[in-house]
Amino acid sequence: MGAPPDISAAAAFMERRHRWRPAEALPWLAAVAAFFLFPDYTAFGTQVLIMILFALSLDLIMGYAGIVTLGHAAYFGAGAYAAGMLSAHLGWGEPLTGLMIAGLTAAAVGFVSGVVLLRYHGLTLLMLTLATAIMLQELANVQEEITGGFDGLLGISIDPIFGLFENDLWGRTYYWYALIVLFALFLIARRIVYSPFGQSLSGIRENVGRMHAIGSPVHRRLVTVYTISAGMAGIAGGLFAQSNAFVTLDVLSFARSGAVLIMLILGGTGRLYGAFVGATVYMVLEDELAKLSPEFWEFGIGLLLVLTVLFARRGLLGLIEDLGARFGKAKP
Amino acid sequence: MKNWKTTVLAGTALLAWAAAAQAETVKVGVVLTYSGGAAEFGQQVDRGMNLYMKKHAEELGSNKIELIKRDSKRPGGDIAKNAVQQLITRDKVDMLAGFIFSPNAMASAPLATQGKVPMVIMNAGTAWIPSLSPYIARVSFSMWQSGYPMGGYAADKLGCKTAAVGYTDYPPGKDSLNAFKTGFEKAGGKVVDAVPMGGPREVPDFTPFFQRIKDAGPDCLYVFVPAGNHATAVVKTYNDLGMRDAGTMLIGPGDITQDTKLQGMGDGAEGLITMHHYSADYDTPANREFVEAWKAEYGADSTPDFMAVAGWDGMAAIFHVIKTMDGKIDAEGAIEALKGWTYDSPRGPIMIDAETRDIVHDENVHKVIKKDGRLAIEVIDTIKQVKDPCKELKVGKCGQ
Repeated sequence: MGAPPDISAAAAFMERRHRWRPAEALPWLAAVAAFFLFPDYTAFGTQVLIMILFALSLDLIMGYAGIVTLGHAAYFGAGAYAAGMLSAHLGWGEPLTGLMIAGLTAAAVGFVSGVVLLRYHGLTLLMLTLATAIMLQELANVQEEITGGFDGLLGISIDPIFGLFENDLWGRTYYWYALIVLFALFLIARRIVYSPFGQSLSGIRENVGRMHAIGSPVHRRLVTVYTISAGMAGIAGGLFAQSNAFVTLDVLSFARSGAVLIMLILGGTGRLYGAFVGATVYMVLEDELAKLSPEFWEFGIGLLLVLTVLFARRGLLGLIEDLGARFGKAKP
Repeated sequence: MKNWKTTVLAGTALLAWAAAAQAETVKVGVVLTYSGGAAEFGQQVDRGMNLYMKKHAEELGSNKIELIKRDSKRPGGDIAKNAVQQLITRDKVDMLAGFIFSPNAMASAPLATQGKVPMVIMNAGTAWIPSLSPYIARVSFSMWQSGYPMGGYAADKLGCKTAAVGYTDYPPGKDSLNAFKTGFEKAGGKVVDAVPMGGPREVPDFTPFFQRIKDAGPDCLYVFVPAGNHATAVVKTYNDLGMRDAGTMLIGPGDITQDTKLQGMGDGAEGLITMHHYSADYDTPANREFVEAWKAEYGADSTPDFMAVAGWDGMAAIFHVIKTMDGKIDAEGAIEALKGWTYDSPRGPIMIDAETRDIVHDENVHKVIKKDGRLAIEVIDTIKQVKDPCKELKVGKCGQ
């Protein structure tokens, strides 16, 4: 009322985008159903949830802000080591604060590296992100006294959550723990991408010159989202350390950076739920194929990726949308 | 209604069958590195296990053994741990076996304790792994078992007064360095230089490291590099720099004269002296039989190495447990059965130490010779029944 009509139209647009759609309940219902349908797979399910969170954090910077990185494991690893060392060295086993410290540590690392890295883009940025992760991994390797080096960080012992819920051999408690953490962080991520801030990130992704021209503080925006994303990745890493009670250099490895990138591309970038589909499909397939054939499972994964790149360039979610558009023309 | 009844009937039948099967089928979860760069290690252990099963199948009588194989992929720990968790909770395995990389064994150890499942380690060589769970028994080796006696032998028998050490900079390398150094200095020698030579993944150019050592001019050069392609490059660099003529003897643990790589090392490897517990060239009845069976099964070009023998011996240990307990496995009983277990292995007489649950075996001094136009291992000396010196001497984490 009283506001110029063009702004209210924009506000209505933002609000419409932000509104929950019924289909968005699906992944959460599926996650709850999975707990009861596959009671023996909860520990594996926890790992899937952690990778979803990790992929979601990558989606924030890659899918929305257009920052392509090959070193996102740096922040996952920073969080994992923070949570791990907190327990192994300081005897701090309370999980929730541990997770927060993991997130803050990774966010700090993300902020410091982001300020430098995000001045570059394209191939330079790609190489620099890769180098950052490798440097952190080497640092963890050299500082064997405190990180455990190649052999891994032993002696992590996590208290029961709220002093009540202890993790068992099946990892049932941690499944809920990870799911709730994922949901909370998803709400934040969803809030971010549908906010004017998120909108400006998409603007930077699509046309950075124009964003500069309209006076958007591009670098500051990118560093902000990079820090948030690093913090989320760090929380995923913290969950990883707590649920496995073990951390090795692998958390910082290029293989992990690559895997999360593949998961996200597989699911579809810039659409929040791509992380859910991609991480789940990739990890379930990897697990099942490796059971079928411990020697040749990588062939199956490779084939899936080739097919995805050839026939579903926008990821599996994009494929579903395209198919929906082709066969369901009646729908608006 | 009919359908419902059929389902129930079928379900009951299935349950009954499962119960009957469970009474005599021992499920063993095998976690090995089946894919990626280290797949050949997993293959050696896997083949060793399968060969033993094939040759001794009738010994189990009415009991059966079923292997459930999982790939541990990288040495990251998490994938192996997840595999072990699923093997215990879902597949309800009675025993666990395998483990190439130490971090994978370490990450899985708490699950063996929690799930009360005995775990037979068939490679992972970090000394203190068996102390991580009361249900672990190791049939492979510890890095100290070759390095420590080599130190003493080099000072006493090879006449080395000074030595330099070149090692790959990761835990087995550092273990081997410490073991050699402890043994060598105890016997009166002096380590003049210790050079870290890069990580385990890529084979580095050894020239700058060896040049530095050559300049120091020690009597012996003790080298630890991972089993695989590193050793070939080590021998080549050693010869290219003319270190033999400069009076430096190349010695090391047996990892650098691995049977599967020996022929590729070239004539320059002749005269190399290593300390190890197994070579395919051992001329004992048990080993002749083993190698013969191996070549018949996997082809004349295939050679078993110390990992294959660990797979073979590990399966012998599992058979021993199944026979002792008549197929009804529980963790306490299995570990009791393994404590003090002795066996005439292709590598010689072995025993599981009752106190540490670690392997006790002979360490042999290997000399690389040329025989019938191919490189071969000659045993020139034997140190009987070596217990893991790291735990004996209570070094670092081994003392805890």
